[in-house]
Amino acid sequence: MILTQQLILGLLVGGLYGLAAAGLSLTFGVLRVLNVAHGEFLMLGGYGAFWLFSLWQIDPFVSLLGVGPAMFVVGLLLYWILFQFVVKADEETRIKNSLLIGFGLTLVLHTLAIRFWTADERAVTTAYAGAVMRIGVFAVPLVRLSSLVLAFAVLMALHLFLTKARWGRAIRATAEDWQAAALMGIPVGTTYLVAFALGSALAGIAGALVSVSYSISPSIGMEWTLKALIVVVLAGLGSLFGSFAGGIVLGLAEATSVTLLGGPYREVVGLVLFLVILLLRPQGLFGGRG
Amino acid sequence: MLEVENLEVSYGALMALHGVSLTIQPQEVVAVVGPNGAGKSTLLKAIAGLLRARRGTIRWAGHRIDGQPPEHVLERGIALVPEGRRLFARMTVRENLELGAFTQPAQKGRQAQLERVYSIFPRLSEREHQVAGLLSGGEQQMLAVARALMGHPTLLILDEPSLGLAPRFVESLFSVLAELKRDGMSFMIVDQNVHMALQLAQRAYILEGGRIVREGEAQRMLHDDHVRAAYLGPLARGTS
Repeated sequence: MILTQQLILGLLVGGLYGLAAAGLSLTFGVLRVLNVAHGEFLMLGGYGAFWLFSLWQIDPFVSLLGVGPAMFVVGLLLYWILFQFVVKADEETRIKNSLLIGFGLTLVLHTLAIRFWTADERAVTTAYAGAVMRIGVFAVPLVRLSSLVLAFAVLMALHLFLTKARWGRAIRATAEDWQAAALMGIPVGTTYLVAFALGSALAGIAGALVSVSYSISPSIGMEWTLKALIVVVLAGLGSLFGSFAGGIVLGLAEATSVTLLGGPYREVVGLVLFLVILLLRPQGLFGGRG
Repeated sequence: MLEVENLEVSYGALMALHGVSLTIQPQEVVAVVGPNGAGKSTLLKAIAGLLRARRGTIRWAGHRIDGQPPEHVLERGIALVPEGRRLFARMTVRENLELGAFTQPAQKGRQAQLERVYSIFPRLSEREHQVAGLLSGGEQQMLAVARALMGHPTLLILDEPSLGLAPRFVESLFSVLAELKRDGMSFMIVDQNVHMALQLAQRAYILEGGRIVREGEAQRMLHDDHVRAAYLGPLARGTS
């Protein structure tokens, strides 16, 4: 019974893991750049939602509409300032340099967040924060359930953009073969820019949902980057819904381990999963290619 | 018309083209023949804007296009069908074709061009919703050519279009190219099947070691001793 309750909570947090991972997977899949500051982008989004709520009582589910686009712009700027030089290098140099830049950015954003907002843990506590839906003996926190549904809706919208829109298709084409994309007249630099900004926006939205369902502090970035990375490895590249499903798998695995082994093993199970998948199925559970 | 003058391209310290000059007149088909590593692909990529020239100029209809990004070169009417086809393997035939019409000018006439391309390659319209990676080699090459046509080129550059194709697909590919030639399209073609390339072309250039060593009418090249010995020997003819 405790296990079932934990699995419900695991499912709910898994949706957010999936959303965080989808952003990372998008930037990695298109730019071949690993943005280790992805978790910090998520943290920024969380603070955005937190301050909009604290200062002007804007409901986080509403302020998403502002936080997403704001993080899109932050992504544009950071790409323009830092990452546009990286993508000009060959693939191996890209990965190395993007890791260095990403770690640097991680430190800077983390420190700035402590400087401006202190190291305190914060959470958005809305009037309906405690609302719970009861199914038999089990409790489903409504805010977390809404976050899961919203995460799915955001991925659905992104999926439609990537498959139907002209620029969405250009992004997918660039991910598959950037030289061929360039020959189609697709300005590859622009698709990189848009994909990176979209990845940031996804992180921002995930952060806003984290701030209302869980809590945020300046130091959550690394933890979320790690979760996203585990899910990307778990699910494989190339599918948004794969990331979402992978996130839920991770959430459920963590919940199981918390119940059976105890809380301290929560982080361990993800990393073990990470290693096992890398050894046995390096293309990921749902990935088509390596 | 295309005018390449003293084009030099290098990969780092390695020079691939040492001052190549050539021209292509409107409605002309030009073949470039040469051994592996002569710089043929480099030349084609430089014209399409994928590689930067170190020195020299490329003019198209009087405008300089060297140093321009590929999208500008394409908008002006030059499309490259790259070696190895480079399709978007996980997308459908239709999506590949629509991506071929990505540029602003090509967007406008997209539907009409799609119908035209389907009439040239009826096989592709049957396979419209199939994923490109699952097509046969011959169909993939047709799709690669069709995708380039979606960009409304007036000069189509083909890099090894017959590589890896079964003989009957080579035949049908070249008959399509001959048809497009009759419709007034210019081509620049590099192909291991030298015999067929020279038969399609009006003029030809021989590229060796990054230099043009010979040029002239394609028909005459077919009977040129040097060309026959190097590129149309009994082994080369075996594939044609």
